Order: sequence, then structure tokens, then C-alpha cells
Amino acid sequence: MDFLRPASWEEALAAKAEHPTAVPIAGGTDVMVEINFDHRRPEYLLDLNRIGDLCEWEVGEDTVRLGASVPYTRIMEHLRPELPGLALASHTVASPQIRNRGGVGGNLGTASPAGDAHPALLAAGAEVEAESVRGSRLIPIDEFYTGVKRNALAADELIRAVHIKKADGPQQYSKVGTRNAMVIAVCAFGLALHPSSRTVRTGIGSAAPTPVRAKAAEEFLNAALEEGGFWDNGKIVTPSVAKQFADLCAAACNPIDDVRGTASYRRHAVGVMARRTLTWTWESYRGTAARTEGVA
Amino acid sequence: MRVNFTVNGRRQEADDVWEGESLLYVLRERLGLPGSKNACEQGECGSCTVRLDGVPVCSCLVAAGQVEGREVVTVEGLADYAKQRAEHGGCATGACGTSGTSLEDARPGVPPDEAWGRAAKGQDSQTGEGTGSSPHAALAPIQQAFIDAGAVQCGFCTPGLLVAADEMLERNPNPTDADIREALSGNLCRCTGYEKIMDAVRLAAARQGEAV
Repeated sequence: MDFLRPASWEEALAAKAEHPTAVPIAGGTDVMVEINFDHRRPEYLLDLNRIGDLCEWEVGEDTVRLGASVPYTRIMEHLRPELPGLALASHTVASPQIRNRGGVGGNLGTASPAGDAHPALLAAGAEVEAESVRGSRLIPIDEFYTGVKRNALAADELIRAVHIKKADGPQQYSKVGTRNAMVIAVCAFGLALHPSSRTVRTGIGSAAPTPVRAKAAEEFLNAALEEGGFWDNGKIVTPSVAKQFADLCAAACNPIDDVRGTASYRRHAVGVMARRTLTWTWESYRGTAARTEGVA
Repeated sequence: MRVNFTVNGRRQEADDVWEGESLLYVLRERLGLPGSKNACEQGECGSCTVRLDGVPVCSCLVAAGQVEGREVVTVEGLADYAKQRAEHGGCATGACGTSGTSLEDARPGVPPDEAWGRAAKGQDSQTGEGTGSSPHAALAPIQQAFIDAGAVQCGFCTPGLLVAADEMLERNPNPTDADIREALSGNLCRCTGYEKIMDAVRLAAARQGEAV
């Protein structure tokens, strides 16, 4: 095994081009587990810790450019107003020690269906900034996950940052596990209201081979909210609409039975989380609307 | 490969390090610092918790090569670290933990070996558990509180809990019970059931408050 320690992003890209099998390591919270347990013996480890840019973020007009290695702890502390869904998701990651090291770039690189960040990214809307010596590209988050622990990166590409849409409305995140800390999701759900476009987006974790959106559920809810004038009148979402939304979210799952839960439990739980997060976010939206627009 | 870094204020050099080796392995097997415990090797239990540039991390998940040129504090150095902090008041504001301010930063221009002062001189970090009868035998307040509260049973989780709890008290001198539980949520204990550990951290916080 060789340990490559690029001092700059350009050096890292050059190293990845020269050694496409090199495994990038930043927080190490996935990679080191595999090495410790002898599940993986990469030819090259590509250490990204010396590249300071990866730990920085910029808040732009419409998006946050989040460096691939920004630890979850920082997201929770500094980006809650802009990225409320991701901040909530970050708080459910493992433990303080892990959150001090791990970041969204690693979650994307590993592309586990159970990665905690994915449902929040899908719901908010995001693009992955991937780069190689050949150039840089933005991969829409919907096209990023290609299979169980597979993603759209080419062999010579590294994740530099994630561009996440700043919240324009309430966002929520919910995760099922056996305890609050140190737990891999049985399943997870992210929901974001986008009042500026009058749309709702979702993200489902750990209930399909990849993280997925519940697109049929989104379309149904978008139409129902529009039809009922809900965005303007700020009325409570009717129970039948919430139930139909929940059922469609459950139907978007394609889960398996495993040690953490059965497929049918996962489907059921996703439906429950969908209904709850819709209620929480909509109540929050109504509260905001009542204050700013005087709607009762 | 060779790895140079600072452990408990002292520069260390580890040779013949395997590229896939963890910081935990280097500390325990190459530098003779067995205080950080090796249990789950997957970041679940927190018994290997150390501070890397001030930040609590699981040393089993840090590749040895990643610590080149950086500063590590283990449980063996906790007493001196706490003493240093008390003397310089560097972290009383709570900024240090998150910004990663090192001891070196606390006294600009002074190399770590000196910055650690006389208290550290007597310590031979090669001997590991630097308490006992060595000249700097003082315990960190959190260590004393664990003893006084009876929070140590088999002792295997204790080093990680001490490092995590000490860092929390540095950031947050007046923690609520929820704050303590959250800060220690990455540290598993299979003996005492956590209540004595909660007592110990509350005790350390109270004593810290009295001292100010």
C-alpha cells in the first residue's frame, strides 16, 4: 500500500489521474473501518486532509458551496439557517467523534443507501462538483447515485464540493434507528418545502438500492396543494391528502429484509415519517405565512 | 513509512508504519501509550478517543499518515493538558474546542515541548499511563471527579470518556444533563450504566465553576 499525501487540490487530481484505483480518505470514518477489518486493501490511499479548501464553505445567493470535507459538526453549528434539513441529518450521524471527522463528500463517495446526508440533499436539491485533470462538472444529485454503494464518479474524479440550494422554506429530516446515537438508519426521510417554486421535494434513505426521491408522491402533493390553494390560504393539509402522500412515499421504496429491519417495516416507517415531516414542515410554513402575510 | 507528530506536547517519530495503520495502533504499539483503548475498531465505542489538533476523534479511524505534523493529546497527557489550560485560561471562553487551537497557539512563539512547561518535563510518555508515582502525578480535574464519583468500574471505556468529557467542559463549562449525554453519546460503557459517569461529569463541572 502507498500513502499519497497531496498538498494541494491540483496535486490530488494529478495523483488520482495517475492512480485511478487510489481510495480517497478524508475523515476516514468509512475507509478506516474497511481497512481495520481487512475488508479492503487499496493499492493507494489518497489523503485529502492537507487540502484546506475542502473544509471550507461559501454561502452564495441561491446555493451553499459546501467543501467535501466540511465536518458534520460544522454544518450543524454554522449552516442551520441555510441548510436546515442537512443540519438535522448531520446531527443524526453517529457520534460527536465521528461528526468531527466525517463530511458529506465521504457520504457521497461511499454512496451507501443508508448514508444520512442523502435524503436531505435530495430534498433540498443539490449538485455534486466532481473534478479530474480533464475538467470539472456538476452532477445533479438525482443522477449521482447509480447503485448500491455506486455513484456517477469516473475513476479519475474526486468530489470537491456539493452545491446545495439554500432553504426557501421549512425542511425536516427523520430517521428510524434503535437509539438516537451511533446508529445506522433502518430508514430515513427528508422533506423540503420550496414555497418560491410551490413545490415539495423528498428524499428516502435506506429503503431502496440507492437513496431515492418519491417523485410520484411529490407530484401528487404539488398538484393537491396547488388545487386547494394551500400555498396562499395556509390551510391545514387535509388528512386524506397527507395519507395519500404517505402511501405514495411508501410505494416509492424498494427495500430489502436485513438485520436492521424488514422490507415491510421500512415501507411502513417511511410512510409514517412522510406524514409526520409533511405535518411539521407545513405547520411551520403556515406559522411563517400567518406572520408575514396575515393569513389565519 | 515514517510519521512525525506531537503527542502530549512531545515530538514523536514513528518508523516502519504500515500505510493502512491507524493512529490508535501507532500510539499503543509503537509509542507505548496504551491508555487509548482498542475495542471496536469501527468508531462505535469511543474508547480510543483522543484529541487531534484539539478536536475529539476516534483514533482507530484516523490513518497514521494523516497525523503527520499534527498534535495529538491522549489520556496520558490529559492532566498536563488540563493544567496548561487552567494556567493560561486559553480555553475558558469555549472557543478552543471547535477552532482547534493548539497548545502551541496558546503561547505563541513557544515550541510545544517548552510550552508544556515543567509539569510535562518529568513525564516519560513512553511509560504510558503517566499517573502513578511520577513527579507530575496530578490528575486532571475530570480524572479526579471520575474517581470521587466512583465512575470507574472495569476501566476500559474510561480513557475515552475522560477525553470526551474534558473537551466538553472546555467548550461548555455549565452543561445540562442533555449536553453531557450528547457529548458522551459516542462512548460506550458496559459496566456502570452511565449514572456514575453522569455524576462524575456534573461534579467536575461544579468544581470547575467553584474554581473560577
